[in-house]
Amino acid sequence: MQAQTLYEKLWSSHVVHVEDDGTALIYIDRHLVHEVTSPQAFEGLKLAGRKPWRVDSIVATADHNTPTDHWEMGIQDPVSRQQVETLDSNIREVGALAYFPFKDERQGIVHVIGPENGATLPGMTVVCGDSHTSTHGAFACLAHGIGTSEVEHVMATQCLLQKKSKTMLVRVDGQLGAGVTAKDVVLAIIGRIGTAGGTGYAIEFGGSAIRSLSMEGRMTICNMAIEAGARAGLVAVDDQTVAYLKDRPFSPRGEQWDRAVAYWRTLHSDDGAVFDAVVELNGAAIKPQVTWGTSPEMVAAIDGIVPDPVLEKDPVKREGMERALQYMGLNPRTPINAIAIDKVFIGSCTNSRIEDLRAAAFVARGRRKADNVKLVLVVPGSGLVKRQAEAEGLDKIFIAAGFEWREPGCSMCLAMNADRLEPGERCASTSNRNFEGRQGAGGRTHLVSPAMAAAAAIAGRFADVRELA
Amino acid sequence: MDRANVDTDAIIPKQFLKSIKRSGFGPNLFDEWRYLDVGQPGQDNSGRPRNPDFVLNQARYQGAQILLARDNFGCGSSREHAPWALEDFGFRVIIGPSFADIFFNNCFKNGLLPIKLDAVEVDALFAQCLGANGYRLSVDLETQTITRPDGKVIPFNVDPFRRECLLNGWDDIGLTLRHADKIREFEARRRIEQPWLFA
Ligand code: SF4
Repeated sequence: MQAQTLYEKLWSSHVVHVEDDGTALIYIDRHLVHEVTSPQAFEGLKLAGRKPWRVDSIVATADHNTPTDHWEMGIQDPVSRQQVETLDSNIREVGALAYFPFKDERQGIVHVIGPENGATLPGMTVVCGDSHTSTHGAFACLAHGIGTSEVEHVMATQCLLQKKSKTMLVRVDGQLGAGVTAKDVVLAIIGRIGTAGGTGYAIEFGGSAIRSLSMEGRMTICNMAIEAGARAGLVAVDDQTVAYLKDRPFSPRGEQWDRAVAYWRTLHSDDGAVFDAVVELNGAAIKPQVTWGTSPEMVAAIDGIVPDPVLEKDPVKREGMERALQYMGLNPRTPINAIAIDKVFIGSCTNSRIEDLRAAAFVARGRRKADNVKLVLVVPGSGLVKRQAEAEGLDKIFIAAGFEWREPGCSMCLAMNADRLEPGERCASTSNRNFEGRQGAGGRTHLVSPAMAAAAAIAGRFADVRELA
Repeated sequence: MDRANVDTDAIIPKQFLKSIKRSGFGPNLFDEWRYLDVGQPGQDNSGRPRNPDFVLNQARYQGAQILLARDNFGCGSSREHAPWALEDFGFRVIIGPSFADIFFNNCFKNGLLPIKLDAVEVDALFAQCLGANGYRLSVDLETQTITRPDGKVIPFNVDPFRRECLLNGWDDIGLTLRHADKIREFEARRRIEQPWLFA
């Protein structure tokens, strides 16, 4: 048989039907649902008198609108509350394999709870009305973000209409330096290929540097595949994948576990498989990264400077840079480590897992936030992450450093709840998007790793975590 | 809209995502660029101060149905609220050199036609449009052509399946359910081969 890429294996094992023009019906194994992109889909289903095809494929949670403090007071914002209550009643009516509502001990960001409950398994197709569904590709599943019409389509038919993507291999070899994390790797990748570099592709991340990452780190990388324009990111199955999934609540058990693992072991690109594009990076050369603009591709190393648009030849790009610098309130050629910050956000589906919190706590231990930093929010990705962190005493380290330890949710990643930036405020954030207004109208976001975010909180400006340790 | 990487947070800021409806997003399209204050859901938008520099606020673009865009339009989140807002505002067609994948898909589901053209063609359209008041293009999906006021005809490509769906106003779900037997068959096989997926 011809050598296949991982993407081709996953694709061909899910095709139900193909139209003449190549549009295919793809079977969906897991449907993750949250409150923001589902109400119109449930409503559409009801209006058309349609029943969901397979309720036990659905895992649901409320995450975007939920507050991160004073849970005893419920959700104060009436519009947010209505959206969460709408999800409650829809799930009550329709059913689901699992639902982790507001305040449930396993509630959390949808892309954190899927994997930690074993609801995301290798070889699956996973969809969610959320672009960061690409996260789940770390488990060698074909995971796509979809729009609300598609949410309804999957509920009604268990299928998605899709065109086959092109394949791209991003290979990162070499050993990552101390203090350099998955977040820095993926920001470096996006800096290299651009935010549209992966458009039309499914990106498989490979190479020794990727292999060396934990599952958490791989999720961070795949999470931001969408920021490189790719609808899906993938990492092949290896021992770490299997070890991570053992004994998770929805993982298979007994004889089925053995059968599943035997199959999962086939989920990698074959030797000699051909990709439509290959990009190679030297992992050893990657430094801690900080974005300086309003697009994740506008990124520099911590020892670098804000670039000068004058040097950019492409006029559309130059204008984009000028606009970004104006919005960000930055001058060209400012050293990155001279940029002072007002707030810090450690959280989001990119960086709110236990390993991320450990990395931040490692830096924060025995130190205190700088006086010019008004707020440092630490928001665990889920109730389970929160409890694990507390069991390890990480919450105490954060609180001693003057950080705030919150309840799980999306929080200031997109500021749909009360956590947000005020106009002009500058934030070191471990989330994934630095778009204008993303963390609050007029807010200025710099994307960094959890360790770098903690370092910035301590220094009051961006600082090289490698010099702190 | 002469800027690259216009993201979905810009097209429709998150505070408006709290709605549980599909309509009514038009007044908040590009909210942060269009108005000088910060918009809130449910607010009356008629009295809000407008940003006179923003293109869609200029008199000559009132009633526009075609949006000219730059690279990577619609990047960012999967929110379908973005095409809902564009459609609600009155746009029917978006022309640009490239689009983000999810956004591109979402457009077709909502009767919006995204057209990919060569960057050179898009440059020319921008130049012409800026140079002539009342500039009008006509787009014909049937023949897959754009006609410029100077008579030049630009052909474009659309997937035949999507074109048919748009032209006929077909419902995707209804179409897919024609294959219900095949889906059931596939599912039954999967249940045997990978029973752990059906826990
Ligand atoms: S954490 Fe941010 S990016 Fe992730 S799902 Fe929530 S809002 Fe979206």
